Amino acid sequence: MNEFLRRLLFLPPQASAMAASVDALHYFVIGVTMFASALVGAVAWAFIVRYRRRTHVDQTVRVHATLAFEIPMIVGILSLFILWWVIGFRQFVRMETPPANALDVYVMAKQWMWKFSYSEGPSAVERLTVPAGRPVRLIMTSRDVIHSFYVPALRMKQDVIPGRYTTMWFNADKPGTYPIYCAEYCGVSHSRMRGELVVLSDEDYDAWLGGSEAQAVAERTAHPEASFDTNTDLPSRGRAVAVRRACFACHTDDGQRHIGPTWRGLYMSRVTLTDGRIMTADEAYLTKSMMEPRADIVAGYKPIMPTYHGILEEPETAALVEFIKTLRDGPPDPSVALPNVEAKAEP
Amino acid sequence: MNEANASPANAPHVPYFQDLERQAHAARLGMWVFLASELLLFAGLFALYASYRAHYPQAFGWGVEHNVRLLGTLNTAVLICSSYAVASSVHVLRQGRAKLAAALIAFTLASGVAFLVIKGYEYASHFREGVFPGGQGRFFLENPAPGLKLFYTLYFLMTGLHGIHVIVGMGVLTWLLVRILRGKVAPPFTHPLDIGAIYWHLIDVVWIFLWPIFYLTPGSS
Amino acid sequence: MSATSRPPIPFVSGPPKPTYANDEYSIRSWVLTTDHKRVGILFLVTTTLMLALGGTFAMILRLEHLTPDRTIVDALAYNRLFTLHGIVMVFLFLIPSIPAAFGNFLVPIMIGAKDVAFPRLNIASYYIYLLGAIVLLIAMQAGGLDTGWTFYTPYSVQTPAAVVPSLIGVFIVGWSSILTGLNFIVTIHTMRAKGLGWMRMPLFVWSIYGTSIIQVLATPVLGLTVALVALDHGLKWGLFDPARGGDPVLFQHLFWFYSHPAVYIMILPGMGVISEVVCTFCRKNPLSYKAIAYSSLGIAFVGFLTWGHHMFVAGLSTFDAGAFGILSMLVAVFSAIKVFTWVGTMYRGSIAFKTPLLYVFAFLFLFVFGGMTGVAVATTSLDVHWHDTYFVVAHFHFIMVGGSMTAFLAGLHYWFPKMTGKLYSERWGLLSASLVTAGFFVTFFPQFLLGNAGMPRRYYDYPPEYQTLHVISTVGSWVLALGLTITLTYLLWALKSGKRSGDNPWHSASYEWMTRSPPPKHNFDEEPVFPTDPYDYTETGGIAHHE
Repeated sequence: MNEFLRRLLFLPPQASAMAASVDALHYFVIGVTMFASALVGAVAWAFIVRYRRRTHVDQTVRVHATLAFEIPMIVGILSLFILWWVIGFRQFVRMETPPANALDVYVMAKQWMWKFSYSEGPSAVERLTVPAGRPVRLIMTSRDVIHSFYVPALRMKQDVIPGRYTTMWFNADKPGTYPIYCAEYCGVSHSRMRGELVVLSDEDYDAWLGGSEAQAVAERTAHPEASFDTNTDLPSRGRAVAVRRACFACHTDDGQRHIGPTWRGLYMSRVTLTDGRIMTADEAYLTKSMMEPRADIVAGYKPIMPTYHGILEEPETAALVEFIKTLRDGPPDPSVALPNVEAKAEP
Repeated sequence: MNEANASPANAPHVPYFQDLERQAHAARLGMWVFLASELLLFAGLFALYASYRAHYPQAFGWGVEHNVRLLGTLNTAVLICSSYAVASSVHVLRQGRAKLAAALIAFTLASGVAFLVIKGYEYASHFREGVFPGGQGRFFLENPAPGLKLFYTLYFLMTGLHGIHVIVGMGVLTWLLVRILRGKVAPPFTHPLDIGAIYWHLIDVVWIFLWPIFYLTPGSS
Repeated sequence: MSATSRPPIPFVSGPPKPTYANDEYSIRSWVLTTDHKRVGILFLVTTTLMLALGGTFAMILRLEHLTPDRTIVDALAYNRLFTLHGIVMVFLFLIPSIPAAFGNFLVPIMIGAKDVAFPRLNIASYYIYLLGAIVLLIAMQAGGLDTGWTFYTPYSVQTPAAVVPSLIGVFIVGWSSILTGLNFIVTIHTMRAKGLGWMRMPLFVWSIYGTSIIQVLATPVLGLTVALVALDHGLKWGLFDPARGGDPVLFQHLFWFYSHPAVYIMILPGMGVISEVVCTFCRKNPLSYKAIAYSSLGIAFVGFLTWGHHMFVAGLSTFDAGAFGILSMLVAVFSAIKVFTWVGTMYRGSIAFKTPLLYVFAFLFLFVFGGMTGVAVATTSLDVHWHDTYFVVAHFHFIMVGGSMTAFLAGLHYWFPKMTGKLYSERWGLLSASLVTAGFFVTFFPQFLLGNAGMPRRYYDYPPEYQTLHVISTVGSWVLALGLTITLTYLLWALKSGKRSGDNPWHSASYEWMTRSPPPKHNFDEEPVFPTDPYDYTETGGIAHHE
């Protein structure tokens, strides 16, 4: 029955249990809608036929709806609407409440592409790879204008806003590939800002993780929530912060130029800023770049880094600086493979 | 059509109203409805202020403290006196004392000028410091906290919009002053001054809300 | 009482009495008119032209969607076209049309007044509207803009398009709306004929009253908001710029605070038209006068509390989403009350199946469908899927076209004899009403399914699996356009060569029919004395008895 109605209404496949619940409510609401409008149309038509005019000076009786008639009608309709609201709101609350064990993926929206970074696994453009049957939480921000991350198969959508983080979670229960659309008009290529949600079975997901040599990365960051209770050294903690705070969405630690300058070899180097000044990238410079990113922009980069003032705690800032200091020299880390993307000029 | 209410030296009521009293009542109601729309206009800005202040309490508090409280309070006093004067002018005009009414309106206009001069002085001192609307100006290069940009943009917007209304109100009152001196607005046809005065009171009321949010509430910083 | 017992029509000698339309012919008398009827005609003509302009944009959009990739225009042009379609339709047609055209023409007559409270303000509001329209046309010449009619920041601040002139145009048109509303509120309060209490006014006047309250209170917030975006864009102020601490979502709150009540500006007057047409063409009192009158006020007030339902996925708190959802359910009940009352009015009526009534029938079906899909999108969890898809596009077109435009056409046909003294051809009327209704349904019903399937709105190209539904929708748009073109044609023809209608061709008891068609310049030849109520078709009552 569900499948029949789903196809009748042109709904996409239900890629999660939540999608199936939403569809159940959908059938209820739309069914009543179609029934009510057909009923109104039919009754009106019946009256038109039954009470058609005989002469242009026909008289009619005065008919008044009594309160006994009106009140039940109003109460009935209002109750129906509120029932829908109750069911819908409860579903919405579930949609807004990610479970504690969700796998985090960082999403960066920019005109006109989606970039995904994982704490385990390689970053990707357009392709979001997740394991089936595990809750996944997306932590999203935009580089420029408002976008909206939409997966019809999940019946899920969340606006992605510059200057702040929004989150969305889902639990895709079946392997498959589902389209991702941008659902908030964002410029000339809005309709081409698409992606793919790839849901893999457990074995395939492990293979995907292992096959991209992210194993080492995965081990190192297997407990991202551990924060500062563990006995790890400051630079390692700094690396964990960089993952958790999505710094790696824009910066690399292996020398590759990405959306922001690479951290490899950054500490104590001489950097040329957009206004021509030349500065030494010491601890103060690094810290200021996190807190007031618009103040000193490196030449050739766009002023789009959001501020971490009020977001990073003091120990996290320190750990990050220590981590960046360790990247002073040495070969790039082979485990990290990012696409060589140049920061494109705005069209 | 009833011409019986035509008074000498005054325009009779317009033909589509039954009598002058109705016409005056309609004019007053029209002005009150217009005030409602003006209030909503400012309400949007107050909502913006409230939201951004909640986000940046320290910057906003600092901005409030940095304004000169004396000047803001002086402006409040100036406007309140001017409202009193224009309200009195309505009253005396109804009694037929056109010259006194004109003098009171002139006082109101002078108060308007005083208000604008004080405001202009404040703006000039802000500009000297490098504070311009839109977060532009050297002050913001030296003090890049985003809340400050928003505070001053809202400050210029809200006091600026208010200032425009003061100028418009002064224009309306000047026009009324001329008509009173020419005898065109005189009993029983005095409602044009009523509605000019009501508009002036709106300007006063809006300022009474601008005053605390920009001068009196430095917050807990 | 049968037709044969009508009293004989007295033979009147002498020249025909002058009407508002022919007592002065000069261009100056039209251009500088303060006669509310002429102002109404000016608005009617201009808003109809705007409907044609917005409709032309729509036809191009639908042609583009015949294929998944480029068909006739490129992405930049498409994005500008859908934006301009929205701006022209919302601000230049839907908001002003029924109030400023029919409201202006009829409200003073319906309350027994000689004009509105502020006739010079009235003609000024027309010229302000015209100025705003011209500024928008100039902006279109300069390339227009591609932000969508909703102008969301930061994109609207960053896009290098003609944003500032477009926003100035919208700002100016907004003022016209405020002044129209102000005029009607004062008119209705202060200019009712002696003895005409609130509860005896024609229901159309109640709908205009409710609309005017919204216009006066909501439009200033729009004016402010577009001015702020213009400042952000033109002078690089950063009120909504996250890099300068601004909040782009705050723009959305301010915008929708106006734009949600605005949709009630667009539908309430139409509901007033429906009330009038139903009662006249069913020769029947409304099932409950008070229900319609009070629900007009209910919609006007509660409509201010629901704006957040456009922002369920924009980053609202869960609590806010819940609150806005439930308030939206509340406002829908008022519309349900009206539908119930209209259908109930038809019960035991004497129903003439003429063009206005056919439009009413179409309205009833389409408005219920559209309105209930509105309740559906207010059901928060469902909206997460539907937001910014074609489902929402279909929903609001059902209300705006299937509701407002259908009501506009109903009113246009109903009051055509009132305004022109001529009759249009019923046969052509019924034919084109059928084409318009059928064409509309075929255009927009598939869009519900497109939305269900996940097709986002404002998409220039789309995945090929959506093509079939798009093709069906486009074909429907051709039928709709054909119906509207035929309508315009026979109405223009009737204006020139139609049969004389007589003063009350519909034998209506409503007050506007108590005076001549077309009316004299000052509305009534003698001081009007209105009977007990405008909907009395019983044996003992009303003017309908005296045919």
